[in-house]
Amino acid sequence: MTAYLKKSWRSLFGLKAVETEEPVSLKLDKPNRTMTLNLDLGANDPLLAYFLSAQGVVEIDRLEMDSPALRALKEAGVKVTAPLVSQGELIGLLNLGGRLSEQDYTTDDRHLLNTLATQAAPALRVAQLARQQQIEARERERLDQELRVARVIQQTLLPKSLPELFGWRVDALWQPARAVSGDFYDYIIFSDGKLGLVIGDVTDKGVPAALVMATTRSILRAAAERYTSPGEILAYVNDLLCQDIPQNMFVTCLYIILDPISGHMLFANAGHNLPVHLTQDGVQELRATGMPLGLMPGMNYEEKEAHLSPGDGLMIYSDGLVEAHNVSGDMFGFPRLRELLAQQSQLGDRSGEASIQMLKGKLAEFTGPAWEQEDDVTLVTLEYVASVEAPSSVQEESQQEETYATLAEFSLPSEPGNEILAKEEVARIVQGLNFRGERLERLKTAVAEATMNAMEHGNQYRDDQPVNIQVLASPSTLMVRISDYGGGQPIPEPETPDLEAKLAGLQSPRGWGLFLIKNMVDEMRVQTDEVHHTVELIFNLEGKPL
Amino acid sequence: MNHAFGASVRQRSGLAIIDLSGEINAFADQELDAVYSEAEATNASNIVLNFERVTYINSTGIALIVGLLARARKANRRLAVIGLSDHYVEIFHITRLVDFMSIYPDETSVLAQVG
Repeated sequence: MTAYLKKSWRSLFGLKAVETEEPVSLKLDKPNRTMTLNLDLGANDPLLAYFLSAQGVVEIDRLEMDSPALRALKEAGVKVTAPLVSQGELIGLLNLGGRLSEQDYTTDDRHLLNTLATQAAPALRVAQLARQQQIEARERERLDQELRVARVIQQTLLPKSLPELFGWRVDALWQPARAVSGDFYDYIIFSDGKLGLVIGDVTDKGVPAALVMATTRSILRAAAERYTSPGEILAYVNDLLCQDIPQNMFVTCLYIILDPISGHMLFANAGHNLPVHLTQDGVQELRATGMPLGLMPGMNYEEKEAHLSPGDGLMIYSDGLVEAHNVSGDMFGFPRLRELLAQQSQLGDRSGEASIQMLKGKLAEFTGPAWEQEDDVTLVTLEYVASVEAPSSVQEESQQEETYATLAEFSLPSEPGNEILAKEEVARIVQGLNFRGERLERLKTAVAEATMNAMEHGNQYRDDQPVNIQVLASPSTLMVRISDYGGGQPIPEPETPDLEAKLAGLQSPRGWGLFLIKNMVDEMRVQTDEVHHTVELIFNLEGKPL
Repeated sequence: MNHAFGASVRQRSGLAIIDLSGEINAFADQELDAVYSEAEATNASNIVLNFERVTYINSTGIALIVGLLARARKANRRLAVIGLSDHYVEIFHITRLVDFMSIYPDETSVLAQVG
């Protein structure tokens, strides 16, 4: 009888686990009479309610109701069925067709089927759950893997290093709430040596925000190729973003353009948190108005100015910090942030690193150890390090204890042809000194050649490695210091090029740079540390004081 | 930034004169090479480089001039230069280019000498 039941088995939903059991007895002469019936039993089908409330085995032929599933069962030749119900849910049917003897099922048969169904239902449920968990685990693993890749990709969209400008320091903290983030920051050095610094925060977090973040960053980069004012850049990005951004999403964004020589700063704000200016007299929020990006096209962005003095700092930050909640539901809030920064400022340490560490600590203290980060946290700081002191080598070597004053400092991206900007800028800076005619020409050639070497050999024309130039003067000398990132490797001594060998094709016609510099200056010094390589070009001012 | 380098050849009294303008640096390489070939094609045995409208020569530009000089010497041609500013005359002295090419102040003086 058991074998016979098995032979007539018809099932719904994943009964494979039960089917694989060995038949208990009797040989199966027609195993193909076991089959699976895929039955569409909709939630509105009255048969479902009937099965759920049925006690024991149901005789299909006796049922009369307007049910597509019932018709399907009858068409498939099902005579009796045992609904498999677990925790109030129909998870399968144990169906029997007509007996081979063509007789009706006996009461015993029905009891046996009922007993079997009672035992099969929980077993089937467990099997179904186990299978579902396996599928979910595989799906989670796949998603985790995808998110890990997404995070790596997103990290490549953030600056790999921070800009290094003489006299300035930039620090950043980027702490996503999830694997990927809607927060970003970026910087660009414009061809005139100015620094563009941007921070953005996309509404929402996770993958949707990260996708919008990537688009926004690209458009911002493209905008900086066209415009050099923060207001124009934001207006342009807004118009482009409006066309593509999903509804109900927008981006808040702060754009700052800093002149590292003067400390003058121009900024525009598309609905982002106000940057905080840290000075020795306290802290001040810098306000400029503008709608977030991506809400509506044709917006104008107010441009405001500010001035950073040596020793000043600037803190820019995203929502994740000020909108963090503690266990009592209180928010970290702007007043607390201002207060903490004011305290920090009064302590005299307005360095970005100190501010970031302090805020990170205070946030952890506020939220407690069990905090599940609610939103992405990004902090970027800009710090005007006090004026660069005279290089120690000069002080040590000079008999007269030369004191140098910094006339100007600037940076240039490493791009072919920028040596001309360097020589013209230095010529402009030394206008007030006694540099005219042939002496000025020599200075310009030396600066151009040293800048070219720095861009080509020191920085290999890399985008993220600018050349830094300082112009210093003492009462009797002018010094131009040109630094690149070629530290840690020796620089060859300038040799007199062998022109005959070059003309005979025995040597490359190139190799004139250092030789020319040496012949243009009164003295040339080279300094190398782990990171930087610096050439100092020294010109006597012929005793004429500044 | 204006890297504009320009060069053209003209013939005068049996000389091929290459009028140069703008900046002589790495960007000038191919055009300088091409214009020199053009000057060679005139079969003039004396080629004059006119720097009157040149605003900047860097060390790579010096290397390009050394290259032209090497080419000229191989083909037994003589190179002369005119129109150099005082600063670049000094650089031609420092680099000893003057040992291998004659420097004249202007076109009139080079024509008087060759003529």
